[in-house]
Amino acid sequence: MILVIGIGNADRGDDAAGLVAARHIRDAAPPGVTVTELDGDQLTLLDAWDGAADVYVVDAVCSGAEPGTVCRFDGSAPLGARFKHRGTHIFSLADVVELGRALHRLPVRLRGYGIEGAAFELGAPLSLEAEAAARTVAEQILHELWAGG
Amino acid sequence: MTHGSRLRVPALTRVEGEGGLEIVVDDGQVTEARLDIYEPPRFFEALLRGRQYTEPPDITARICGICPVAYQMSACAAIEDACGVTVPADIAALRRLLYCGEWMESHALHVYLLHAPDFLGYESGIHLARDHPDAVARGLRLKKAGNHLMEVVGGRSVHPVNVRIGGFYRAPSVSALRALLPELEQARQDAAETVAWVATFTFPDFSRDYEFVSLRHPDEYPITAGRVVSTGGLDIPPAGYDRHFTEFQVPHSTALHSVLDGKTYLTGPLARYSLNSGRLPAEVAAVARAAGLGPTCANPFRSIVVRAVELLYACDEALRLIRGYQPPDPPAVDVLPRAATGYGCTEAPRGLLYHRYAITADGTVTDAKIVPPTSQNQRAIEADLRAFAAARIGLPPERLTEECERAVRSYDPCISCAAHFLDLRVVGS
Repeated sequence: MILVIGIGNADRGDDAAGLVAARHIRDAAPPGVTVTELDGDQLTLLDAWDGAADVYVVDAVCSGAEPGTVCRFDGSAPLGARFKHRGTHIFSLADVVELGRALHRLPVRLRGYGIEGAAFELGAPLSLEAEAAARTVAEQILHELWAGG
Repeated sequence: MTHGSRLRVPALTRVEGEGGLEIVVDDGQVTEARLDIYEPPRFFEALLRGRQYTEPPDITARICGICPVAYQMSACAAIEDACGVTVPADIAALRRLLYCGEWMESHALHVYLLHAPDFLGYESGIHLARDHPDAVARGLRLKKAGNHLMEVVGGRSVHPVNVRIGGFYRAPSVSALRALLPELEQARQDAAETVAWVATFTFPDFSRDYEFVSLRHPDEYPITAGRVVSTGGLDIPPAGYDRHFTEFQVPHSTALHSVLDGKTYLTGPLARYSLNSGRLPAEVAAVARAAGLGPTCANPFRSIVVRAVELLYACDEALRLIRGYQPPDPPAVDVLPRAATGYGCTEAPRGLLYHRYAITADGTVTDAKIVPPTSQNQRAIEADLRAFAAARIGLPPERLTEECERAVRSYDPCISCAAHFLDLRVVGS
């Protein structure tokens, strides 16, 4: 099974970038691809990708880079500092991937993208930079999905 | 704290979970231990003014991703109090069931991934999982069971959407809840094993002379309702809270401190257990006794055992409530606004959570006060740290930092995960 997971909080500005990317992908994904959204508790990723062999994750990041910057990761190695921020989540994406690795609960293939956010305040809208980056990430993932991975 | 100064606090949305500690040593003696934390609820109080009386449960749920139900339940209790409404027993039971899911989620997370690594010598839950995958898997199973319970009753596991003033938008079906029974039976077994597991840990000898504060209910271990009581003899309804509890600002923290009639106090699992252990079901009480707990517990490090006992209780209570469940019909009662002030207290996983709302006859919220447990516990944490550090001031700084971090995590503050990266400064002279 191929699974795309968008992570974020729809009410916190650019934290929603992963959700927005997932919605773009859902609209144009090839048959057989499942798209889901996660809000908040990233530990539930371990259950969300349970049974999926090929997984894409898209999340907002806050590393100090220019807003809208996109970084790609491969889950076969630790994700690094850019994905370490906790924000409103108890565990960072990097933490959950390492926990999954320790428990042998990682998908066979795990790839993902981080979208640098500009603002994460409660009630803030998605910034233009994050919105453009979400579309770029969606197009890249869709390209890979239609090309067969 | 004034409204204006509250706005000068750096962006709270990105600092949730950060904390610092400063210990001041003067002439070889610890003279100060300051916990510096940032608390979003002050920001939310201003947000709530001018909103409709139906909105606080959904708005305040956003204060915390770990205990949104606590905020929803205290908000409902306070607003229904203002409106003179008491929900029927079946709606109250469904609220209690939802709350059990949150206790399971929160306590499982803290016991396994935040606190247990301290006792077993691991840097984090991830490191613990590498050597003890079965134990961590058990913790995640418990948390998942809590998640599922919250999804079925609350609509989703984080920030539930099914709660409203007067009850619920929709009552879950009997079959949807009964489908959870096998998972909850497993969770109960896992919780019992959790109690036995944490009881084997080695705890520092550090019992304190606390004034404990929690709810007390005549018939049940307190979660959703009760009077506010203390080991010092306080026994008041939630409406009396402001006459006894005073919040005030300290220079080193953006979170208000709180005192009970001028005294430092502690809320949370140790307080709940010590004031209510006699209300635990016999089987749960027997498990607690087997784990070495007496009727009270005043050692913050042993709070992991109490939390595990409460985890077992939450599973037990969820099973009981589901077996007796009949969907409330209607799922909510009418709650009409009136010009009044209402008060609500419930037991968040971390302790007493107080809400107060003033509303007008047309239902506009004109004033809101929210006092979360972590804010209330700051003074007790600082007092404990002074005593704890004083006995260890000769330790090398790195070791002292580790020991103080452990001490802070015992209280399961909302800054728990950041407390793993506590910035300790020792100022000496």
